[in-house]
Amino acid sequence: MRNMWTIARREYKLFFTNPIAYVVAFFFMIILGYMFFNALAQANIYAMYGQSYAPGPDIVTGPWMVILMVFAMPAITMRSIAEEVHTGTMELMLTAPVKDWELIVGKWLGTFMFMLSLLAITWVFPIILNRFVTPGIDQGVLLSGYVGLVLMAASLVAIGIFISSLFNNQVVVFFVSLAVVLILWFVISPMSNTSSSMGSQIMNYLNLINHYSLNFYQGTIDLSDAVYFLSITAFSLFLGTVSIEVRRWR
Amino acid sequence: MIEVEGLTKDYGPRRAINNLTFQANDGEILGFLGPNGAGKTTTMRILSGFMPPTFGRARVAGFDVVEKSLEVRKRVGYLPETVPLYRDMTVFDYLKYMADLRHIKDAEDRVDDVLGIVHMTERADGYIGNLSKGMRQRIGLAQALLHEPEVLILDEPTIGLDPAQIKEVRNLISEIGKERSVLLSTHILSEAQQICDRVLIINKGKIVAEDTPERLQAGLTGVQRIALRVSGDGDGLEKLVGEVSGVGEVSKIEEGVVEIDCPPGKDLRPTIARKVIDAGYDLLELKNIDLSLEDIFLELTRDEPELPQMDDSSADQPASFQD
Repeated sequence: MRNMWTIARREYKLFFTNPIAYVVAFFFMIILGYMFFNALAQANIYAMYGQSYAPGPDIVTGPWMVILMVFAMPAITMRSIAEEVHTGTMELMLTAPVKDWELIVGKWLGTFMFMLSLLAITWVFPIILNRFVTPGIDQGVLLSGYVGLVLMAASLVAIGIFISSLFNNQVVVFFVSLAVVLILWFVISPMSNTSSSMGSQIMNYLNLINHYSLNFYQGTIDLSDAVYFLSITAFSLFLGTVSIEVRRWR
Repeated sequence: MIEVEGLTKDYGPRRAINNLTFQANDGEILGFLGPNGAGKTTTMRILSGFMPPTFGRARVAGFDVVEKSLEVRKRVGYLPETVPLYRDMTVFDYLKYMADLRHIKDAEDRVDDVLGIVHMTERADGYIGNLSKGMRQRIGLAQALLHEPEVLILDEPTIGLDPAQIKEVRNLISEIGKERSVLLSTHILSEAQQICDRVLIINKGKIVAEDTPERLQAGLTGVQRIALRVSGDGDGLEKLVGEVSGVGEVSKIEEGVVEIDCPPGKDLRPTIARKVIDAGYDLLELKNIDLSLEDIFLELTRDEPELPQMDDSSADQPASFQD
């Protein structure tokens, strides 16, 4: 447990010396900042014609945020294990008295905390927006959206850490992670949603983004969605731990 | 305390180490010698808990490396051959991190201590990426010493150091080796000669010799060789010396110099000296020629006919030793 925190703390601190982390943060800020600006400008135009338009929480919890997260995840998780293997420091980790799961969960936690920091900063937009909009934006929808984003971040980072433990090359990790997340995003049953066959239900359930966009984003917190994200997280971390163990035996 | 029994490791079809059995007691420095690719690093990786063996058992500080890997890792200080370090951390942060992972009390004080031991205190705040090879080597060593381990496993610890540092590190290892067991690999033979209590020579994954450096030198050669030098051209010297009882082959090396093979354990020098002087030669020099560890090493690790269980890939490994 203690080792997990030690590793997480180092991992988190390291992001502040890592150029990739700054690039990711830059994209978050510039794109969300633009969306924010756009929303205000649009409201302004509406106001010129005497109409009223109020931008909502979706400027930060909307589709752009999902796209940002999907692309940011491979970028910030790709180095976590792959780099240690590549530079040989994995030998230090595996000969230190650290359990394999402590290493994986520690890595995940540090990266997840960095994602949380990024998400926390984006909160500034709805806070400002709230001052311009009467009677204020819907805080419930905003909160539910952020809960969903946090859960989604947890599972995305876990997937990234697992894939990072499979390869020695960070570029490979980046593209494989991206591919996996895109598959999880676009996996939908070829049958229509109305089909109630077991197979199509499973496929629809697996869709990662739907669990966010159909519920949390709309303002409903559904326990089954939370369970989905948490199981993806736990399962990926489990696979990551197995992958480290397999690495030893190879 | 390191106990190894029948240790074997296969990498796919290639057998890296084959049925190693040896022991290192507390207060003993065991040198691990062998050409590149002999299996030194593989053995050390198994003993440090990095990877399990294919067959065989190893116990370090009383714990099995497979079943009680975590206990072993708590008690072992390990310096890998490649000295992996986090280049984007400062020296102090790195050591503090490793100390925290080992749950060391007053970690910062201990980090200061080991930095003092390896003389790196003034570079504590520098980034590891900016350090020279020798300095990194010292940081790696500091890391291995952090938790005052019962067993120290050092893979080529003096590589990349300058002569003064090599001397210091050797002294340090000797100091540590007084109470704990140290296993160190090297291909610098004089180093093994100087600091190791016992030497283990391995080649192609097998132990080919195991003894103290002194005994290796004496015992393995089979014959004791003596060099004799007289003034002048030394005509008839060979014949004269050959008459001494017990003397084996006598060969002339140059004008006035011969080398004499004698049976081991019997010093024929006084007899030879008397005989030579009585015959009217001016005796200049009469000395034992020690086969150096280098010679023994080369002798033992020379290319032997391929063993049946070895496959072709191991033949690619250069058997001659490279420094």
